[in-house]
Amino acid sequence: MTQANKGGQRQEIVFTGFGGQGIVLAGRILGKAAVIGDHRQSTLVQAYGPEARGGACSAQVIIADQAIHYPYVRRPDVLVCMSQAGFDKFIGQMKEGGTLLIDKDLVQPKGVSGDFFSIPSSRMAEELGRIMLANIIMLGFFTAVTGAVSVDAARDAVVKSVPKGTEEMNATAFNKGCDYGLAVLKGREKKASGKAGA
Amino acid sequence: MRPAVLTGEYFMTGDVACAEGALAAGCRFFGGYPITPATEIAEHISGRLPEVGGTFIQMEDEIAAIASVIGASCAGVKSMTATSGPGFSLMMENLGLAICTETPCVLVNVQRAGPSTGLPTQGAQGDMMQARWGSHGHYEIIALAPSSPQEIFYQTIDAFNLSETYRVPVLIMTDEMIGHLSERVVIPDAKTIQTVSRPSPKGRKDRFNPYEAGPNGVAPMAAAGEGYHIHVTGLTHDQRGYPVMTVEAQEWMMNQLVGKIRRNLDDIIRTEAYRLEDADIVIVSYGVSARTSLAAVDEARDQGIRAGLLRLITVWPFPESQIRELAKRVKGFLTVELNLGQMHLEVERCAAGRAPAFLVGHPGGTIIPPDDVIQALKEHF
Repeated sequence: MTQANKGGQRQEIVFTGFGGQGIVLAGRILGKAAVIGDHRQSTLVQAYGPEARGGACSAQVIIADQAIHYPYVRRPDVLVCMSQAGFDKFIGQMKEGGTLLIDKDLVQPKGVSGDFFSIPSSRMAEELGRIMLANIIMLGFFTAVTGAVSVDAARDAVVKSVPKGTEEMNATAFNKGCDYGLAVLKGREKKASGKAGA
Repeated sequence: MRPAVLTGEYFMTGDVACAEGALAAGCRFFGGYPITPATEIAEHISGRLPEVGGTFIQMEDEIAAIASVIGASCAGVKSMTATSGPGFSLMMENLGLAICTETPCVLVNVQRAGPSTGLPTQGAQGDMMQARWGSHGHYEIIALAPSSPQEIFYQTIDAFNLSETYRVPVLIMTDEMIGHLSERVVIPDAKTIQTVSRPSPKGRKDRFNPYEAGPNGVAPMAAAGEGYHIHVTGLTHDQRGYPVMTVEAQEWMMNQLVGKIRRNLDDIIRTEAYRLEDADIVIVSYGVSARTSLAAVDEARDQGIRAGLLRLITVWPFPESQIRELAKRVKGFLTVELNLGQMHLEVERCAAGRAPAFLVGHPGGTIIPPDDVIQALKEHF
């Protein structure tokens, strides 16, 4: 793990995309990883509507060490976007200096001047033969980049949350996303140290 | 096959925790009709009941659903149903039947915004007075309001225990937010879970009076088919359960229905105090709005406002004496709820002018942010 598990720090996270992408499942796995694997507190609130399939959809996750009284995200520290509509809806709410993660083929981060992380999660899922794995790839990427949950806890929660018979495939997808994230972080470190040396 | 008590640590929704709590309490019958946002309770328990030798029936509508629950309970099985909004309205007549016939059962209302079809997928707390007075005639009822998935697990057990102890339907007045919120739920060892069953009759089966109260005002209950003589009717009845159309019979029966609750308030009423000892402003809240209020109390304290929370766990019977006592020493009350003033009216009634009572209400579809509570505290006090 490149970044330390942010113990003690309360983090508000929004996963957003369109209905059918497994956004809520990604949020559920994240919360489960925090609670069961990392022994921390977590809440998941899912935006839920009759129009959900194909429409904008989101999962709000809070992770903390203290009791979480109010389980709704007010200003996300981390925003994960797997659709343009989700990005458009939530980008204005993100905390200043927050971390933005996007699927680079699905989201154009219009108006974002600062830093963000991107991954072609849907394209990578297609390469694995199943577009449905995009959410799990994104979750692996998220875990590596943010350190909001530990890699082991997240991988374990993935395996325990997916349909029987698909555990291995999902673990592979998680690892691919995680590796991609670690490589991105490493590239940045190199760049930073290169700059410092110059 | 999994056991009834799934001991372990979970990340679970309120709806699923409710179903697991019911199984842990000994519930073995669920008659229901699906409705958002209560459907997950039925969905989950429909898979679980067959594993523990129980029965799940999806009825043709909510009227039949609660009828089946009353019937199953009369046969001696701990029974429940779960519904929301329009379904709760449809259940009101038979809720009265369960009250009148003193049939234990648990009815969960995962509240959504109304009136009518309202906002099917979005929560509210607009049925609190309907829970108290929704069926015709005068009666007492027990209603609980959980504020987390963990609490709904325990409250469902508690609901069954209270229902069996007092032979009264117990309502769990949760809301869409808590029903769909996922959080840590720890299901303890089965041995540590205390369950209560209705008092069972003794003595000669042919001389049994099904409505002859025991020492705590509650009559022992025989199951249909057990051999005891029973008669069950929604008409005003005597100790034998036979219809008697007299003023005296009405007075006797009502005294039993109402008295068994009113004489046992100390055993029934549950509240939780948060930073209340030195508070001079009391926030009164329940369900998801208590989560808002907990955050608001902490934020208010940080700003030097001495607020505390009285969280209603039992909403009915209402903790009248607690409000009366607090009214003598505090600056005022602020009720936070997802309606336009229901439990607020009770707080105001019990404060009886000794301390002012204010409301932070919202018609539902969303939750009340803590900032609105802070603003109201500053505005009123």
